Amino acid sequence: MTVASVTRPAPVAETKDFAETEAVAETEGVAEMEDGAETESVVRAEGVSLTFGTGAQATQALSGIDLTVSRGSFTSLIGPSGCGKTTLLRAIADLEQPTAGRLVVAGQTPEQARLSRAYGYVFQGPALFPWRTVERNVRLPLELSGMPQAEQAARAAHYLGVVGLAEVRHRFPWQLSGGMQQRVSIARALCFEPPLLLMDEPFGALDEITRDMLNLHLHRLWRQRGLTAVFVTHSIAEAVYLSSHVVVMSPRPGRIVEVIDVDLGPGERPLEIRETPEFLAIAYRVRAALRAGHSYD
Amino acid sequence: MPVATVLLALVAIWYPAALWMNHDLAAGLAEDGASAWTVALASLSLDRPVLPAPHQVVVAVLAGVFGADILSPRSLVYHAGITASAGICGFALALLLGVPLAAGIVHARTLDRAIMPWVIASQTIPVLAIAPMVVVVLGAAGQTGLVPKALIAGWLSFFPVTIAMVTGLRSADPMQRDLMRTYGASGRQMFWSLRWPSAIPFLFPALKVTAALALVGAIVAELPTGAAAGLGARLLAGSYYGQTLQIWAALVMAGMLALVAMGGVALARAAVVRGRGGRL
Repeated sequence: MTVASVTRPAPVAETKDFAETEAVAETEGVAEMEDGAETESVVRAEGVSLTFGTGAQATQALSGIDLTVSRGSFTSLIGPSGCGKTTLLRAIADLEQPTAGRLVVAGQTPEQARLSRAYGYVFQGPALFPWRTVERNVRLPLELSGMPQAEQAARAAHYLGVVGLAEVRHRFPWQLSGGMQQRVSIARALCFEPPLLLMDEPFGALDEITRDMLNLHLHRLWRQRGLTAVFVTHSIAEAVYLSSHVVVMSPRPGRIVEVIDVDLGPGERPLEIRETPEFLAIAYRVRAALRAGHSYD
Repeated sequence: MPVATVLLALVAIWYPAALWMNHDLAAGLAEDGASAWTVALASLSLDRPVLPAPHQVVVAVLAGVFGADILSPRSLVYHAGITASAGICGFALALLLGVPLAAGIVHARTLDRAIMPWVIASQTIPVLAIAPMVVVVLGAAGQTGLVPKALIAGWLSFFPVTIAMVTGLRSADPMQRDLMRTYGASGRQMFWSLRWPSAIPFLFPALKVTAALALVGAIVAELPTGAAAGLGARLLAGSYYGQTLQIWAALVMAGMLALVAMGGVALARAAVVRGRGGRL
């Protein structure tokens, strides 16, 4: 039923590339107008609070979060365990419900954004379906949205190429290394081309070298495709390396201590940038903010 | 090899047991003054032994399988076929009842509360107690033969399917469920794309139990119905007339049917495993 109805299987990706080239230009423009008066916000949180449980067992996970994620930015949420960074990301994704405040995601309520597939979510683990091949895992969101078969195949092939896994598309997840599995899950989040990418410590379980490679890869992807991303991590180096903004959070209750702009220039960031004085200065500011927000009572 | 070893050990125990159990009967039939050796030989070749010797059972099974036209009531293949068809229908019923029941229980908490106690209660009633009732009620409704037997076999065997599928349908990990939620997946998509495939590994062990139970159910259902055909009818007739050889032959045949059923389940499993790239 589907093959006949496809009008432009291959050109889809190309058209998209073109659109994304424009987006990149736009992003670079945006980076210069720092005060954000004219930037379009993809995520806006106003006084968001979230409490788990009630009565004596109640724990306040988030308290009075105000945050704006503008289009084309890469925002990292960093903080110690229990600071609510994952909870905030899940609230944006409509996987948790805030108890107070307002959240706007891609101009809609989080629920509308979820139902209209306005974001791609990458979890702490790859969360691949073991009974599907790599390719069919990537196609899962496309299948669910009822996209024609041929277009699904073209998209999956394209995005598996983007994460460098075109050769293993017929393998099953258990035949891949942890790093490759996580790349598959990134391809799966990208393939339906959502305006927003949410990532929850996606590289937390990987070894240092793999993590470096994936960081390099992700940063390049973000630059080339003009993505908007919110990224949860507890690695300072990772946060500073990847981000345009680092949001430092502190626990009990989860709140934002400081938002630090990462100004390392608009160009490519080689991994070695992490040894430059500029990088270290920003990392130091993040560390200081983390320390300030941390109490040992 | 391990199977052959066990078989050998069984035979080694069986012959002395047959000698011992049949001794009195054989001695009674023997002429006075017959030697112990003659009595021993006679006790292994009685027409109606207490415990037939293995070779007698083998001969009886072979005669039943190859000695008669497979459509005649003297043929074990004929009786096994009757029982197998009831068992297969019962197995299918168990799937048709067990899987949707599990899906309902997983999807609605009220169904879980309303149905689960009944499912469990249904299994505490001895089949032997309700089988005659089912037969009588259905007989009054004009249903005899296959239908009541299949119903009883299904009744006895749906439970493992339901329990396994309830567990299986709930087994998807929270991250995978959250992933599906981020795609705004509908209940139906959630079921077919995530819950059902993650339940499959739980299904196959349950199917083995179900297949065995369906066979038992079919045989048990033949006992109180006064069925003229089927392995259960052979068992019953054998015990009426003291035809122990006939009973044992029917038992061996039932065992072989069970083996075939297990083989069928194993084949289905192998096909699914192949479709999944080598892992369930």
